[in-house]
Amino acid sequence: MTTLTVVTAVREVAVVSSAVHQVEALTFTTDVQLMVPLINEARGAVGLTQADIGFTCSGSSDFLAGQGFSFVQTLDAVGAFPPISESHVEMDGAFALYEAWVKLQVGEVDTALVYSYGKSSPGSRRDVLAVQLDPYTVAPLWPDAHAVAALQTRLLLESGAVSSEGLAEIAVRSQHHAVGNPNALRASAEATVAGVMAEPVVADPLRPSDIAAEADGGCVVVLAAGDRARSLSDRPAWIRGIDHRIDAHALGVRDLTRAPSAALAAARAGAGDDRLDIVELHGPTTSQEHILASELGLDADTLMNPSGGALAADTLMAAGLVRIAEAARRISSGDADRALAHATSGPCLQQNLVCVMEGE
Amino acid sequence: MTDTPIPAEASDGVGVVLPPSIRDVEPVRSVRTPIRLEYDFIPSAAAQQYLRAYGEKRILGNRSPVDGAVFVPPRGVDPRHGVVADEMVDLADIGHVGSFCVTHLPIPGRRDLPVPYVSAWIHLDGADIGFLGLVAGCANEDVRIGMRVRAVWKPDGELGDTAENVLHWEPTGEPDVPIAEAGNRAWGAKQAAAADDDADGGDSGA
Amino acid sequence: MGAERTAVLGVGQTHYRSTRGDVSIAGLVREAALRALEDAGLVWADIDAVVIGKAPDFFEGLMMPELYLADALGCVGKPILRVHTAGSVGGSTALVATSLVQARIHRRVLTVGFEKQSESNATWALSLPQPFSVSINAGAGGYFSPIIRQYMARSGAPDLIGCMVAFKDRQNALLNPYAHLHQHDLTFDQVVEAPMLWDPIRFSETCPSSDGACAMVLGDEAAGDASPGPVAWVHGTAMRSEANNFPGRDEVDPQASRDCAADVFGQVGITNPRAEIDVVEMYVPFSWFEPMWLESIGFAERDQGWRMVEEGATRLDGGDLPVNCSGGVLSSNPIGASGMIRFAEAALQVRGMAGDHQVDGARRAFGHAYGGGAQYFAMWVVGADKP
Repeated sequence: MTTLTVVTAVREVAVVSSAVHQVEALTFTTDVQLMVPLINEARGAVGLTQADIGFTCSGSSDFLAGQGFSFVQTLDAVGAFPPISESHVEMDGAFALYEAWVKLQVGEVDTALVYSYGKSSPGSRRDVLAVQLDPYTVAPLWPDAHAVAALQTRLLLESGAVSSEGLAEIAVRSQHHAVGNPNALRASAEATVAGVMAEPVVADPLRPSDIAAEADGGCVVVLAAGDRARSLSDRPAWIRGIDHRIDAHALGVRDLTRAPSAALAAARAGAGDDRLDIVELHGPTTSQEHILASELGLDADTLMNPSGGALAADTLMAAGLVRIAEAARRISSGDADRALAHATSGPCLQQNLVCVMEGE
Repeated sequence: MTDTPIPAEASDGVGVVLPPSIRDVEPVRSVRTPIRLEYDFIPSAAAQQYLRAYGEKRILGNRSPVDGAVFVPPRGVDPRHGVVADEMVDLADIGHVGSFCVTHLPIPGRRDLPVPYVSAWIHLDGADIGFLGLVAGCANEDVRIGMRVRAVWKPDGELGDTAENVLHWEPTGEPDVPIAEAGNRAWGAKQAAAADDDADGGDSGA
Repeated sequence: MGAERTAVLGVGQTHYRSTRGDVSIAGLVREAALRALEDAGLVWADIDAVVIGKAPDFFEGLMMPELYLADALGCVGKPILRVHTAGSVGGSTALVATSLVQARIHRRVLTVGFEKQSESNATWALSLPQPFSVSINAGAGGYFSPIIRQYMARSGAPDLIGCMVAFKDRQNALLNPYAHLHQHDLTFDQVVEAPMLWDPIRFSETCPSSDGACAMVLGDEAAGDASPGPVAWVHGTAMRSEANNFPGRDEVDPQASRDCAADVFGQVGITNPRAEIDVVEMYVPFSWFEPMWLESIGFAERDQGWRMVEEGATRLDGGDLPVNCSGGVLSSNPIGASGMIRFAEAALQVRGMAGDHQVDGARRAFGHAYGGGAQYFAMWVVGADKP
């Protein structure tokens, strides 16, 4: 009955600075202690104090902290006094960035601070993620995250869309690209397809290199609008389009070899309007990275995951925001003119966010 | 508080038609799924120092690099400014009640607490924020805002690296801190006194 | 171009009960969403995006419920966000949804808050043993009761002010078919004689634990103009947060609360809130927060909020500033929805659709939610007329 009209954003908003820190395990550092230097680094890089920030938004999950209301303590890292205009989503920081971008579009503020973090090492991530699933009919079976992703991978292989070697190539490319990235956990110039194929499966058909290296860490992004962005950065990474969509939840209801919400979000964000120099995809498995690449219709010229992607280091609740930060950084440095960053949430790429950025 | 039945219009009017094969089967009305998730936490460096100090009957706080405010327990950050606070300070195990309540409910996992008990915000001498502690050693009705208290420690042989070394806080019998300067109001009173000192050219000798 | 005018086109609520054993979580949110759509004269396909909010995932043991609920909320192929700002979440969720319309990103947004506390163990979830800290706090009441005690000491308020608020709200709830507590035979003496839980808070002055969901459909100016029924126009919105334990913090009258109220009243040009607001829905989970918030928000002078209660100024019958005509959080408390219920009830009042608890002639209403250690605040002002 109603057509969904494509609305063009009124204000230009850009990423003007970012900070990322990812390690295998944050042993002696609390979430607050992790975020204090990162937030100060990102704000300080553009000479802003918290008093200069118009809106703050963060993303995190209680299930990683093992405590309800865990994000409340992390507010200590921001310096929230005098009181600030602030919100929080229990989602990847990429969605917190979306909320901040919306706030900037409303027009009342010119700058926003976005941060997210995840410390999954104290618990078992694969088991924690099982409680994302339908609580009545699926979660009681405790299918852990690796098993669920493996189901999808099996379907993908059997569909003929990609071979095991093809997936191993994705793993190898990630490890090669990750070399030199201080925030990558799995980086090796010597990685080979044969080496990956020789790894014993952990959740058939997934091998260790097929699954993102679990990281603890955090990410901060500072957004600014219009001329404010130009005053803060010589080369802001302008967000030309940003959109997110979700698919059905039940694993048996949709075609797990596809991610229609990713394609839809990319279309709505205008990804295909011009060539893309780089793409940062949040694919927690090689199979998911493959699905995303085909949904986005990327061509061979586009450099895939120059940071190594999520496979190289996956900070749960921040990996999507890290993709945005990595892509934005490369635009601001002049290494790229047009980039796509992606974030996902939920089992088997259920929900997807796409952010398209350009240098001026 | 008994529930009233749901009015008929509460359903969205969509009837569910079951296939014949399960029409006589008793419907499942609820599912109980136990969830167990284990987390191995390692204390931060500040927390480790704090807990070890407790083992020696010492209470540590953090001093802010911005204005010297002391936070206890030490969290490694000044939340007003979002800056690292890593200077540790030893605090006396004596202070006052900033505010309190008398709780008549048992807490999960603390069957040892006799109900009703007083939980209070303890403001240690030298600290600029409070933390929760139990107050005992007097009638609950006698507890008041501003009452001076000191820690009652476990016997030496029972000490561990934990804040539970302090069994509770008991009244010292000293004169109360005036309500206007008790608890979170102490900071304002302290700032005002410092401003007066400055105005006097530092002659007050404080 | 300024922000797009935004209207509340429809409101939907579930009946709040301690146990809604007749619906799953999905069924619960759908009940509210369908009612909101029906109220707005719309169908699922008219909704461009969904914003959902609820309290900690540990309550129901369901991590990131927007994933499971996407289907139930007609969201396949649409955007869904899940907001979490502790107890104020219902309010901040509504504000995020409002932003989407104000920014002209979407034309019609469904926003939902919910909690299925019967399928949760909130006491357990709130008492998860935290490493390295001593556990002596018995729930939210244990946290807020010392703050209330400070207010009583500072203001010199008579002891029974809290009981007056609790009795008022429970009487109001009798006029709200959706409310959880319908205490038909309750007397004021019974409120006073109820057992103390966290002295000075009695059992009778404490919010219940409820299952429930609340939904609103928000639309742009064209959608508001085209609406078959009355709409509520959003006149102002604000959110503020502050740290919860720092030197000199005023927990009784937090600066974040004052700043938030000043911001929203400033947007609307209100200089005398008591005179210019017709009806208030504020987040009062423990009775004494009514006089405390009246002061903090600016409806009463410092230390005078309790006088407004004592004089009956906040009563539905005869008060000049009725507060919580719906029965408030004291009568229904599905935590994730409670903030949104305040915002929705404010909208119902200015649409003239609050039924038996309608304030005659209400044209401007104030909705309020707070959360955390009294540190997160979300507020809005809605009106019968366009801003």
